[in-house]
Amino acid sequence: MAKSIDVSDLNIYYGDFLAVEGVNITIPAKSVTAFIGPSGCGKSTFLRSLNRMHEVIKGAHVEGKVLVDGTDLYAPDMDPVNVRRLIGMVFQRPNPFPTMSIYDNVLAGQKLNSKKMKKSESDDTVERALRQAGLWAEVKDRLSRPGSGLSGGQQQRLCIARAVAVQPEILLMDEPCSALDPISTSVIEDLIHELKTEYTIVIVTHNMQQAARVSDDTAFFNLAGVGQPGKLVESGRTEKIFSNPDNPATESYIQGRFG
Amino acid sequence: MTTTLQRNPEPDLQSLLHEDQLPTWLPRTLVAGAALITIALVIGTSLSIAQAVLIGWLLTWSLPIASRVVEGGRKAADRTVTLLVASAFGLALIPLGSILALVISRGAPQLNAEFLTYSMRNVVGEGGGIYHALVGTLLVTAAATVISVPIGLFTAIYLVEYGDGNRLSRWITFLVDVMTGIPSIVAGLFAYALFVIFFGEGIRLGIGGAVALAVLMVPIVVRACEEMLKLVPNELREASFALGVPKWRTVVKVVLPTAISGIVTGVTLAIARVIGETAPLLIIAGLTDSVNFNLFSERMTTLPVFTYFSVKFPGVPPEASIDRGWGAALVLIIIVMVLNLIARAVSYFFSPKGER
Repeated sequence: MAKSIDVSDLNIYYGDFLAVEGVNITIPAKSVTAFIGPSGCGKSTFLRSLNRMHEVIKGAHVEGKVLVDGTDLYAPDMDPVNVRRLIGMVFQRPNPFPTMSIYDNVLAGQKLNSKKMKKSESDDTVERALRQAGLWAEVKDRLSRPGSGLSGGQQQRLCIARAVAVQPEILLMDEPCSALDPISTSVIEDLIHELKTEYTIVIVTHNMQQAARVSDDTAFFNLAGVGQPGKLVESGRTEKIFSNPDNPATESYIQGRFG
Repeated sequence: MTTTLQRNPEPDLQSLLHEDQLPTWLPRTLVAGAALITIALVIGTSLSIAQAVLIGWLLTWSLPIASRVVEGGRKAADRTVTLLVASAFGLALIPLGSILALVISRGAPQLNAEFLTYSMRNVVGEGGGIYHALVGTLLVTAAATVISVPIGLFTAIYLVEYGDGNRLSRWITFLVDVMTGIPSIVAGLFAYALFVIFFGEGIRLGIGGAVALAVLMVPIVVRACEEMLKLVPNELREASFALGVPKWRTVVKVVLPTAISGIVTGVTLAIARVIGETAPLLIIAGLTDSVNFNLFSERMTTLPVFTYFSVKFPGVPPEASIDRGWGAALVLIIIVMVLNLIARAVSYFFSPKGER
């Protein structure tokens, strides 16, 4: 389980507009990589291109390679649906399915694909996923209640449970804590620490303290100006990026001089 | 030259914020008084109801006038507009109330077991019932629903989920708008012309009526479903895609269940809209006195057509037939009302519920 990602010369377009230009980065397996940078610099776009979710927007396409354990996700014979089964995603705002119970929300990946499961097997999957997401103790007595009745932090952990229930290799998180209070945020950060023993985790965050706390590696994105494409400025071990970055732009962003 | 801004002397908040007000009980008392005077005029004088109501309405204008004198312009304007809006509401209720009162007072005495369970076969003068028309209305409308809901729903799904504002979807939207304006008689003629191709001149079939009604229903269903599907948040579709669920399963298992209550309500309202159609069914479904359960052979009477003929060609003596017409009209109104109640119940029970 858990795979590394190699991205080479990736350009991401929305129609004719070049949104992110020339990204080269290696994301190691079983570790947490954080993307930081000012708003609109293409962090989220790049993250979504890692499981081909950005293609949901009409006209979006990429040039370049995204290799997961040597396999190019953008090779012509790759099905984006299968890519997304391999690489799960957690969104900025918690989005449990309102028509489903907590139990069904966790199993949504299986249920929506009409996968046949024995009752005992699905019970095990739900318990395992909810335990991994640190939510089991709080909801084990009300699994049949609607997922939308949980608090914001619980809903976000439910979404994480839903993502890990399909046993992906890689977990992408797009600002998973930005809509949450500090206590829920710290719960989810602890969770990320535990999940990295099994998954490769990529997290986009606006919060530099959070990047410093949870990540092993950090990548800093920036854009030269309005209308210019976003670029990867530098990436490396988190300690190095935060203490002794190579690029002066990284240093001034981290020290809060802009962004 | 230097100017120093002089700060005004400390204002007296009491006089600044104070405003004279009419006592809170006054508006209600004035309206109640006007209503009492209206009733007194109707009973005590030779004025007609319309004249008395007009006088009562004019009396209620004493409220904005009193407000102008005591409270000043802004509150007087507020009370004036409130009065105008309430009057418009009352005016709109008059036709509704008068139709209901008339249909119920004329139709209710007709309702009994025989009226609902007998057809008009071999009935001359009194007796008989609307069973055949009831069966015809329910069958024709049900068939029209079966035809139009899949077409309308699939069109809406294409427009919202797949069309994405391309040329084809813009054309479909335009044509649906055009279809909304088709006069119902034209829909009937279309269905007639269509069935003449296969069965020859003079064809009368229940299913033909269903086709005509479906033509009228499709644009309503498309519009209702389109609006409901648009309301489903994009985040839910993305959440589903991110789990590796293909698009068609996302539509079937996430988008439709989330929108189902609104879709059911929209379809019910579309049914309520076409169930009272007379003109197209006059042409293609025809009139018969017998019960006909087969949509695909022979004529089929529906309630609106039955009502039309009962009143238009009552026979001799006319009273019994005209009374049956009122009874049929009342039954039709009850069916539409029950459908609306069902739609309410469905949207209540099917809508996604959180616990708050």
